[in-house]
Amino acid sequence: MADTASESDQTSPQGEETRRDFLILAAGAMGAIATIGVVWPLIETMNPSADVLALSSTEVDISAIEVGQTITVKWRGKPVFIRRRTQEEIDAARAVSLDDLSDSESDEARVQKAEWLILVGVCTHLGCIPLGNKVGDPRGDFGGWFCPCHGSHYDTSGRIRQGPAPNNLAVPEYEFLDDTLVKIG
Amino acid sequence: MTTPLHRYKIVQWIDYRLPIFSWSHEHLVVYPAPRNLNYWWNFGSLAGIMLVLQIVTGVILAMHFTAHVDYAFDSTEHIMRNVEWGWMMRYLHANGASMFFVVVYIHIFRGFYYGSYKSPREILWWMGVLILFLMMGSSFMGYVLPWGQMSFWAATVITNLVSAIPWIGETLVTWLWGGFSVDNPTLNRFYSLHYLLPFLLVGVVFLHLWALHHRKSNNPLGIDIKSSKDTIPFSPYYTVKDMVGLGVMLFVLAIFVFYLPNYLGETINYIKADPLVTPPHIVPEWYFLPYYAILRAVPDKLGGVIAMVASIAILFVLPWLDTCKVRSARFRPIYKQFFWIFLADCLVLGWVGANPPEGSFILIGRICTVYYFAHFLIILPLLGKFERTRPLPESIHQAVLAKKGGDDAGSGSPGETNAAGNP
Repeated sequence: MADTASESDQTSPQGEETRRDFLILAAGAMGAIATIGVVWPLIETMNPSADVLALSSTEVDISAIEVGQTITVKWRGKPVFIRRRTQEEIDAARAVSLDDLSDSESDEARVQKAEWLILVGVCTHLGCIPLGNKVGDPRGDFGGWFCPCHGSHYDTSGRIRQGPAPNNLAVPEYEFLDDTLVKIG
Repeated sequence: MTTPLHRYKIVQWIDYRLPIFSWSHEHLVVYPAPRNLNYWWNFGSLAGIMLVLQIVTGVILAMHFTAHVDYAFDSTEHIMRNVEWGWMMRYLHANGASMFFVVVYIHIFRGFYYGSYKSPREILWWMGVLILFLMMGSSFMGYVLPWGQMSFWAATVITNLVSAIPWIGETLVTWLWGGFSVDNPTLNRFYSLHYLLPFLLVGVVFLHLWALHHRKSNNPLGIDIKSSKDTIPFSPYYTVKDMVGLGVMLFVLAIFVFYLPNYLGETINYIKADPLVTPPHIVPEWYFLPYYAILRAVPDKLGGVIAMVASIAILFVLPWLDTCKVRSARFRPIYKQFFWIFLADCLVLGWVGANPPEGSFILIGRICTVYYFAHFLIILPLLGKFERTRPLPESIHQAVLAKKGGDDAGSGSPGETNAAGNP
């Protein structure tokens, strides 16, 4: 009985929508919009804060790096590898056919000066730090870096050659301020 | 409902306004439980007790812990060395997490064996799966708080799983971290959520118990309660039985807390987190090892993450994958064998997860992963079609009394006197 009463309230005899349907819909839509409006800032608070964003660049003096040596600097909480490559390493990176690469990129596109390879030292699989900077570190089958966590091999251009990582080691934004100073970020 | 305590005026006065006494009496004392529950039915209440123990020790630890990258590691050591009984609180909390998972895993496999997920207990089962997810999230974030090397790299590897999501993955990870790597904002929010999740757990546990008390417990025979002769009051029969199990569990927990407090931990977590050095061998806590093995069995980043999540999410649809109407494995001769094979498969996955992904471990991991999903997606649906189940007993009390009748019939257990009147 209650059902029939409410039905006749809400629908006109021809089964058309009534003003009450419209009011319920409109109120519901306003409620949904208001909820989104309230939840949005709550979610936004979890994004990087202004001070974290402000620390987004770092300057490095590279004059003391010998040929064949790699240094690690911290940028945005992550390690950045700066390797002064030997001529053999450059040649090896440039001799690779692009068809052999799963994330196809030429070495020329990954460096500004052939000698200086600058990379974010974070494995693109699950974020471990690959080995290969220190003397005696395993450098993998392609002479670059080797990630010990799940066995990804990177070449002398930091490109993924073997293992589960989907992408090449990322190249951060950087510029040479002069011959000995590089600004990362 | 009038309880024995209603002889006190004050109880009557309170109960009239807030029926807390009659409610407790209804659900903890006279609640009709199947009379044939065995010790495998201890583990639900044991899990509840572990949750309480984790909350109590956790609240105490929170009074002495500082969630900041510069102080988290030191304040953890401060708890261990300076705080009165701090070492015991922390060892209870850390080993308590393992104990919690032990009893919950046994509880889940009890459900597998006796078909506790089948109609009408599907939503009860869903709440259980939700509890497992919340427990995993909570324990993972708790593991990050001491800010040791394994804490930091576990946080890095696990949060990076999110980056496998196409298009929005990277943005999502940055949002999750509150920065460009796992850092102070990450530690802070993990602390906040680690404190929150146990209370959400309490809420879901309440729903879990609500559904349980609405449709009543399953039992080793897997048949429905048909009359009051099939049940006995929860108290004293099962409160006492649960106490026996509690004694055993606390004994095991005490062995770990007092004699092997770091046996399940990683030594390297006593080295402070260093964002520039990854430890040579990263392993999760033991209770995550099977999922970790499944993650690594798939040679694709996104595929591995999907397989790992699916390995637990598949439990949500288990009530419909297992099409057999008979619940208990006691009456399912073939399923019983596959149950044990499946248990072995999960243990092997755990063993593979603990080892580096090299050589034959890769192959074993892949075979076991395929079998894990085949169990749910192929074996269970086929068994429902082809398995010939054994005949079910008429009722719980008839089955129980028939078993007893062999040695001493009519020894006066409750409800037995009227057994003959039941057709």
